[in-house]
Amino acid sequence: MNLLSSGPVRTHRIDVRGLTKKYGPDTVVDDLSFTVEPGHVTGFLGPNGAGKSTTMKMILGLATPTQGSATIGGLDYHDLPVPLVHVGALLDAGAVHGSRTAHDHLLALAVSNGLPAARVGAVLERTGLTSVAGKHAGQFSLGMRQRLGIAAALLGDPGVLIFDEPVNGLDPEGIRWIRGFMRSLAHEGRAVLVSSHLMSEMAQTADHLVVIGRGRLIADTSMNDFMAANSEGTVLVRCSEPEVLARLLTAAGATVRDGLESSLVVAGLTGAEIGRLAAYNDIVLSELAPQQASLEDAFMELTKDSLEYLGATS
Amino acid sequence: MTRFTTTQLTTAQPTTAQPTTAPPTTMPFTRTVHTEWVKFRSLRSTWYTLAGLALAGLGITALALGSVGAEYADMTAAERMDWDPTNQSLTTYLVAQLIIGVLGILVITSEYATGLIQTSLAATPRRHRLLAAKAVLVTAVAAVAGQALMFASFFLGQAMLGAQGVPNASIGDPGVLSAVVGGGVYLAAISLLALALGVILRATAGALATLVAIIFLIPGFAGLFPGWLGWLLDFWPTLGAAEVLTTVPNPEYPAPWLNLAGMCLGVAATLTVAFVLFRRRDV
Repeated sequence: MNLLSSGPVRTHRIDVRGLTKKYGPDTVVDDLSFTVEPGHVTGFLGPNGAGKSTTMKMILGLATPTQGSATIGGLDYHDLPVPLVHVGALLDAGAVHGSRTAHDHLLALAVSNGLPAARVGAVLERTGLTSVAGKHAGQFSLGMRQRLGIAAALLGDPGVLIFDEPVNGLDPEGIRWIRGFMRSLAHEGRAVLVSSHLMSEMAQTADHLVVIGRGRLIADTSMNDFMAANSEGTVLVRCSEPEVLARLLTAAGATVRDGLESSLVVAGLTGAEIGRLAAYNDIVLSELAPQQASLEDAFMELTKDSLEYLGATS
Repeated sequence: MTRFTTTQLTTAQPTTAQPTTAPPTTMPFTRTVHTEWVKFRSLRSTWYTLAGLALAGLGITALALGSVGAEYADMTAAERMDWDPTNQSLTTYLVAQLIIGVLGILVITSEYATGLIQTSLAATPRRHRLLAAKAVLVTAVAAVAGQALMFASFFLGQAMLGAQGVPNASIGDPGVLSAVVGGGVYLAAISLLALALGVILRATAGALATLVAIIFLIPGFAGLFPGWLGWLLDFWPTLGAAEVLTTVPNPEYPAPWLNLAGMCLGVAATLTVAFVLFRRRDV
């Protein structure tokens, strides 16, 4: 069910080439290059302050790059004659006038790009806001405001969508809704760029990852490759005699450390090898589970050198 | 499940992506003005402010002229020579310019305060066009509201003067129409000045403080200005530029419309700065 098919979608890719932004002596975005392809959700990841929002602003022509370019289907954003039919963006859900109704907010945007007023009703319906269309946006919960921002982004039925931290502050129901929504937008052939500082969020939404830290590109990879590269992992083992097994495993060349509740976390041997070793030595295993390194860990590993501020840990 | 055609637009063939039912490829300026009008009319505060303008504007005229009969009776013959019933009924412009200024400021600063400016500029990336549309809207609203207030205040004032048996003016008397219309033009110019200040300062409080300084504080301390700056005061709001609201010739200002024109030049200069900054700054 695509409520938005009233107009043709113009699918473009976003091309970011050598994008650099300096504010005085600070380089916020540093020679960044990546591509956002149609039909994919591209997760734009980085710790807070990594330059994600600034990059998005430069793509939208809201901030001028110091060097490099960001183009939509080869065109500078300023050169898009009717921008909303090419690109829809949600940068800040709070960016609505609190005493304007949802309907009027969207109507003004529709008028500005010559879109038929019927589009307002269509996007309100798709985002589930029809019943509150006449309400002032100031009375909206954060979740409803996010929906209103998404409705605004969808007004022109654009082929490129840009969302800056869309799940921030949402309740679990809202987060689930947005995830599903991103997936369906990509499935419709649109290029979707979603920023987040939470890896776990991306794991469930994105097909492709662009990871930045301190404005620099750290990784530009498909989700599958990222998972494969970061899941070579450890095996969790529980048994009756952990000390004995630990000694045997170490002797067999594995690295063993203590896990929670007297379990062992073993690296360097597969589950099958560990099981055989235990059986040979008559040790009864109660659990033998290969662990995937969590994506969160992998992300932390990737970005730890680029964190602006590190909390002290003891 | 409806599938739509997706047209690939690549750098190699940028012109092939025009689908048959393409939306308009150019945006007429009127559309941007219309957008600003939708934004403007959809805020309740707009209408409260305009109602406040009418209420305060006419209320001040009524209060100021309530006991003018007694004042006139005490005047000397020389003072009666300078009696300007038209100007008496238009002094409400003093407060009206502040209220109209607030309208002009809020048209832009409310967008900065909420962050809506990002959405507006994403929808209308040609920034000069967005600001020009705001300027057209603000000028139009201020001109209509300002002229309406000036005319209403004039007729109310003259009716009150007449009722108290004090010499009064009629709209056909020499110089009267010019003074009343001049008041409306003056108010429209102030609204543009306010918009420009809002763009430059990007915050309601800062812009409003600056506007108050320009229209009230500096005129209040005009006497402290060194002589070589005196010419500036001839074109200053509330001072020289407000001379158009008079009908009795003032030897200091032989051509009041020239003074107003000078103020408009100053407004245009401020607006030019606003355009340049609006175009250059990141949002």
